[in-house]
Amino acid sequence: MIRFEPRVGTPLTLRLGVPIAAVAAALAISAVPLAAAGAPIVTAFGLMADGAAGSLFALTETLTRATPLIFTGLAAAVSFRARLYNIGAEGQLYAGALAAVAVGAGAVEAPPLILVPLVLVAAALAGALLMLGPTLLRTRLGVDEVVTTLLLNFVVLLFVQMMLEGPLKDPMGGGWPQSAPILPEGTLPPFLERMRLHAGFLIALGASILAHVLIARTTLGLEIRAVGENPAAARFAGIGVTRVMIIVGLLSGALAGLAGATEVAGLKGYLTSDMSRGFGYAGIVVAMVASLAPLAVIPSAIFIAGVFVGADTMSRTIGISNYIADLIVALALLCVLISGLFLRFRVRLG
Amino acid sequence: MCKTRSKPVAVNSNALVVLSLSGIGKRFGALVANQGIDLELRRGEILALLGENGAGKTTLMNILFGHYVADEGSIHVADAAGALVPLPPGSPQAALAAGVGMVHQHFALAESLTVLENVVLGTRPLGSPRLDLSGARTRLAALMRDSGLDVHPDRRVSRLSVGEKQRLEILKVLYRGARILVLDEPTAVLTPQEVDGLFAVLRRLVANGLSIIFISHKLKEVLAIADRIAVLRAGRKVADRSAAGADRALLAELMVGREVAQSRRAPSEPGAPMLVLEGVDVTDSHGRNGLSAVALTVRAGEIVGIAGVSGNGQAAFAAVIAGTLAPARGKIMLDGKPLRPAPRAVVDAGVGRIPEDRHHEGIVGALSIAENLALESLRDPGVQHLGLLRFDGLRQRAEAAIRDYDIRCPGPDAPIRLLSGGNIQKVILARVLERRPRVVLANQPTRGLDIGATAEVHRRLLEARERGVAIILISEDLDELLALSDRVAVMVAGRLSAPQAVETLTLERLGLMMAGHAEAA
Repeated sequence: MIRFEPRVGTPLTLRLGVPIAAVAAALAISAVPLAAAGAPIVTAFGLMADGAAGSLFALTETLTRATPLIFTGLAAAVSFRARLYNIGAEGQLYAGALAAVAVGAGAVEAPPLILVPLVLVAAALAGALLMLGPTLLRTRLGVDEVVTTLLLNFVVLLFVQMMLEGPLKDPMGGGWPQSAPILPEGTLPPFLERMRLHAGFLIALGASILAHVLIARTTLGLEIRAVGENPAAARFAGIGVTRVMIIVGLLSGALAGLAGATEVAGLKGYLTSDMSRGFGYAGIVVAMVASLAPLAVIPSAIFIAGVFVGADTMSRTIGISNYIADLIVALALLCVLISGLFLRFRVRLG
Repeated sequence: MCKTRSKPVAVNSNALVVLSLSGIGKRFGALVANQGIDLELRRGEILALLGENGAGKTTLMNILFGHYVADEGSIHVADAAGALVPLPPGSPQAALAAGVGMVHQHFALAESLTVLENVVLGTRPLGSPRLDLSGARTRLAALMRDSGLDVHPDRRVSRLSVGEKQRLEILKVLYRGARILVLDEPTAVLTPQEVDGLFAVLRRLVANGLSIIFISHKLKEVLAIADRIAVLRAGRKVADRSAAGADRALLAELMVGREVAQSRRAPSEPGAPMLVLEGVDVTDSHGRNGLSAVALTVRAGEIVGIAGVSGNGQAAFAAVIAGTLAPARGKIMLDGKPLRPAPRAVVDAGVGRIPEDRHHEGIVGALSIAENLALESLRDPGVQHLGLLRFDGLRQRAEAAIRDYDIRCPGPDAPIRLLSGGNIQKVILARVLERRPRVVLANQPTRGLDIGATAEVHRRLLEARERGVAIILISEDLDELLALSDRVAVMVAGRLSAPQAVETLTLERLGLMMAGHAEAA
């Protein structure tokens, strides 16, 4: 019989080793459907690894894909810590992207040192404002934020489509529903020659470190953790639960908004209504795989981005549907969630 | 007592042994949880298993239920015919099949299902097509009639009171045909009236032939209900005797292993009025009784006790002083200045609060001991600098508190949920008293604590009183109120009587006042 005994402290080697083992297990399990689809397993995994990190180009593509995932992953990690379930990162991402092109595609002309921060701040504000409504509804009236943030995603996407067909449509776009491009002064430049990887990735790394410091090392972070774990005790101890919730909501929305800004200003140049490939939703998986730890969001986002980029390469070469990427990511999430058991408990046989 | 087992037992049915544990031993690493424990339970008997937190009661019961496997010893349970047969170790299913049922301190009920559904839950084989609720209903009705346990079968569990939930838990066990019922600290969550009701039911159940093991550390209740008392201390059985002729002092000494020194309240002259409530009204809400025109003056250096049957407005009264509830009308003054009804303002003004439910309002289980200690002091320069936490400061404070308050724990960074109730209460005491409060609100400060931890809480409160702190003590333990308070007021239906000097009060008089007989005051 298997028994679980609670652990008092978890050693660092285990905290790092268990998630890696979980990801390895997910990859191993995904060999089954790959084999069932008739793929040569070793070749398939080789192609995936190659496509995700086999060359400098492949690696930078993975990191480019990881950039919005880091932001949306942080958005989920920060808000989930306070038990504020922001499922609206997808909408906040588009709101951020919309604000970025509204400011940066010609409305303001300024040198890069001013325009780039302006674009980023506009996007963060848009995302934060979008999250303010659901947060206030939750704190004032107890309206479930899962429902409101989720439904707002569709509202925002339709609003973006309206704007792209109307006021923000690029007159030089040849009739396509897309915005005018961000001015060169407003773009986040690539920092490696001939690669698409842009400065947005570095900003995402910085945001992760700041979020980590905030959660782990500041009084506000302690308040966020207290509110998330036991709001009644937090309130009793004199912590302003509503205040903390609103700050967390604004922060989470701002982080998701930044994902939109870096995609537009760093990668695409202009906004289309199909810009995000579900980055907002994938951010939830990124955060869960990272156990809501901001620093762990970085490797988690890179791993998930790598799976998607690698699966594209694999499917192109051996003709297996790239839906296998979704499968692997789902398996990884399950394995990591299950592996959490081994961090909290010592497993004994007999 | 192990000798009887080798041959079939066929004595008169009153003395029939239904459960026999012999030589049970269990170690966790270096910790000896149980050692050489022999225990027998007879048909129709209530056996109290008495012991401090950590004495090995829970381990022993977990072994009985197959959650743990004993390192040594064996368990025999009487089958339907009355013959003792060995119980396979490590199998909860076997324990259930043998007719052993347990009601845990923390209920295991599906809140969104009805009473009947909860009873049936898990009794039908998985994948059986029919739930057979009507058959279950008939059986449950018969059970309720026989046992005197009454809960409406179609009510949703989330709407039941704590006492009703406990009745449902017992019904669940009986429904599965248990002949041996184990109750783990069953009175910890009940009001005195509910305790009386429970005891009446238990007596009826044993009269019908059930056998009961009653786990507790409350001496008074053990003496009131048990036929026989077994005392565990540090993993060993130190006494096994008839309840007749036992007294509290003797049992306390057996439990703790030494004489328990009761703190004495030194006579003292209270100082100036510190906390003054005038005409405080709170409207009823969420099934919680309100307050009407509550007035109270607590002077520096005195303890004012608040007695009353649970649910008469104590919760609202405590919430008003703790700052979590704003009164509809009335004044609250601290040292002559109005007190703003918000937790932060109340703490900053110098009110320390020991909450009634320490797990719900007192601590954040996932945070460390050090972080929980700092939770009310997050603006202090020792805790943070420019919004960044000072971990060295946090840890130093925690280490000092662990030393001064004798908090048994793995270290200041351990999550507080790993601590026992008594040690969690010590953390809360340290958090409250280290801020040097002028007023302390102690709401049920010793509920669920063992004798040692209770004595420590009493000592700390009396020490604070001597330093000139004004203390409000809300308690359901009348002995505690009479021992610690200078004056006692009684709360009935949201009204607070004028406090009486404790010298003029007796248990009987307090009881009458609590029942609403104003003339007794």
